[in-house]
Amino acid sequence: MSKILVVAEHLDGKLNSSTARAVSAAAAVKPDNIDVLILADSVDTIATDASKIEGVSKVLTVARSENSHPLAAVLAPQIAKAAAGYSHVFFPSTTFGKDVAPRVAALLGVAQVSDVMTMEAAHTFTRPIYAGNAIITVEAHPDHAVVATIRTASWPAAGSGSQSATIEALSLDVALPTHTRFIKLRQGNSDRPDLQSAGKVVSGGRGVGSKENFDIIYKLADKIGAAVGASRAAVDAGYVPNELQVGQTGKIIAPELYMAIGISGAIQHLTGIKDAGTIVAINKDAEAPIFEIADLGLVGDLFKLIPELEQAL
Amino acid sequence: MKILVGYKRVVDYNVRIQVKPDGSGVVTDGVKLSANPFDDIALEEALRLREKGVAEEVIVVGIGPADLTAHLRNGLAMGANRAIHVVTAEAVQPLTAARVFLKLIEKEQPGLVILGKQAIDDDANQTGQMLAALWDRPQATFAGKVEIADGKATVTREVDAGLEVIEAELPAVITTDLRLNEPRFIKLPDIMKAKSKPIDSIELASLNVEAHDHLKTTHYAAPAKRSKGVMVKDAAELVAALKQKGLL
Ligand SMILES: Cc1cc2nc3c(=O)[nH]c(=O)nc-3n(C[C@H](O)[C@H](O)[C@H](O)COP(=O)(O)OP(=O)(O)OC[C@H]3O[C@@H](n4cnc5c(N)ncnc54)[C@H](O)[C@@H]3O)c2cc1C
Ligand SMILES: Nc1ncnc2c1ncn2[C@@H]1O[C@H](COP(=O)(O)O)[C@@H](O)[C@H]1O
Repeated sequence: MSKILVVAEHLDGKLNSSTARAVSAAAAVKPDNIDVLILADSVDTIATDASKIEGVSKVLTVARSENSHPLAAVLAPQIAKAAAGYSHVFFPSTTFGKDVAPRVAALLGVAQVSDVMTMEAAHTFTRPIYAGNAIITVEAHPDHAVVATIRTASWPAAGSGSQSATIEALSLDVALPTHTRFIKLRQGNSDRPDLQSAGKVVSGGRGVGSKENFDIIYKLADKIGAAVGASRAAVDAGYVPNELQVGQTGKIIAPELYMAIGISGAIQHLTGIKDAGTIVAINKDAEAPIFEIADLGLVGDLFKLIPELEQAL
Repeated sequence: MKILVGYKRVVDYNVRIQVKPDGSGVVTDGVKLSANPFDDIALEEALRLREKGVAEEVIVVGIGPADLTAHLRNGLAMGANRAIHVVTAEAVQPLTAARVFLKLIEKEQPGLVILGKQAIDDDANQTGQMLAALWDRPQATFAGKVEIADGKATVTREVDAGLEVIEAELPAVITTDLRLNEPRFIKLPDIMKAKSKPIDSIELASLNVEAHDHLKTTHYAAPAKRSKGVMVKDAAELVAALKQKGLL
């Protein structure tokens, strides 16, 4: 029978909502157990949060000072050890999960399934390739543990239940490498809603024209309580920091409302927003490919239309 | 120091991939093939490190069918000193690719291995991390900036939260993100020069790597289509439509 270990993602002592999404993917396998593994320096608040996620059987914690920052080389041997006895090990398909999961898979000597969209059966999954232009069905060998990353945009976050799962400290006897060291993390502005979990996102592209002009995007986002995103071109041009990039090689998101402003709609961008509820496009070029997938399209100059839009709100 | 660079050939990023109607694969006949964009970035970074005097030799590695040589010549024309072609008719999965790289590492003893963060065909994003695990060495994935000094790499990584800086003792594996550099263009004289650069061909079977795949792809499907929406005439109409949907 299936027993699933979900590796939790957290930052600054807070559980990331991607963990609850990975839990709902785990639940779709209908396993006997879903355990959440937390590796941190101080685990308490994170463990309490994780214990409330619906469907979780047990929360396992490893508190070590070496785990204060998520270094894959340090985390992977611990996860590989903790994975003994589990049929599946799931990670969210965020930069955290993408960094660590393959390292764990290799230590276990198994392949990895990246970006799981649906569970067809306990060992059968669908996942995107070619920037989401094809969806493949993959079968993993039932004799081996399945290591997978869960495409967070495909799964709702499991709710918090009324009961709390038990929390258990694990003592893993593993020697940890010292060849990799954390220096610092420069985090973006966190006052706005988080791009990956926001219900509304306003994104700007190269059409916005400059870093200064991007204020118009921030203002609109703040007015409607949205997170801010961007195309790769806008990030490359230095209008906004890298963590705002949406797309094949940036963040894959599924907000209820996505507004693409001054974005042409390259396939690499579209793959990041395909699961959005409603897509709005504002572009001065009526032929822009973004209009092929937009639910609501408006042709015109963004510098004229956005002020009008704010007025109409 | 030697630098080993992953140089995979993939369907060009501008091609709109079509799934075959019978679900047996995607159409690749007559489709333009190019270097994986992240691998061009990996090669560019290696060349810059050589130009700075940090490395002496840059080796591009391709694992693929017999006709991969023309692609590897492009890597040589861009500036790599030599190429290694691991010949296999079948596409390899990331774990196998990582095992192949490990074999080459044992032979070449590089100080640094630079791979792309993901191949844009399988979008797996695994090989570099798997290699680092098998090699028991540091990994610095999604690199946006790399500095090498005093036997270590200081790497700025593009992560969801922002920019993370880590330090990794060499030898190490680095995987590239889009903003690490802008790859140079190949110049005509360099294409001529590349013709005399060596390409080592090794049969995958001769490397003794465990190459059985754990994952079987059983079906290919086109993604769900979003239906075309409506055009509104002005901002007021857009706001009204969004309000009606309960989104504002
Ligand atoms: C390997 C690889 C990975 C990639 N990954 C990603 C990714 O993750 N995410 C991503 O976004 N891209 C990615 N790209 C890049 C992608 O191919 C496109 O180049 C990029 O998305 C274009 O960004 P853009 O739409 O902002 O710019 P452009 O294509 O230049 O479009 C700008 C748009 O703005 C419009 N415009 C200009 N001025 C105005 C105005 N005043 N008012 C209204 N509209 C205006 C124009 O009509 C145009 O449609 C990737 C590319 C590669 C090769
Ligand atoms: N067949 C291959 N030939 C050369 N390099 C490869 C091959 N497969 C994977 N790689 C390297 O590994 C990176 C990540 O690939 P993947 O894990 O498949 O997304 C690529 O960008 C390449 O640098």
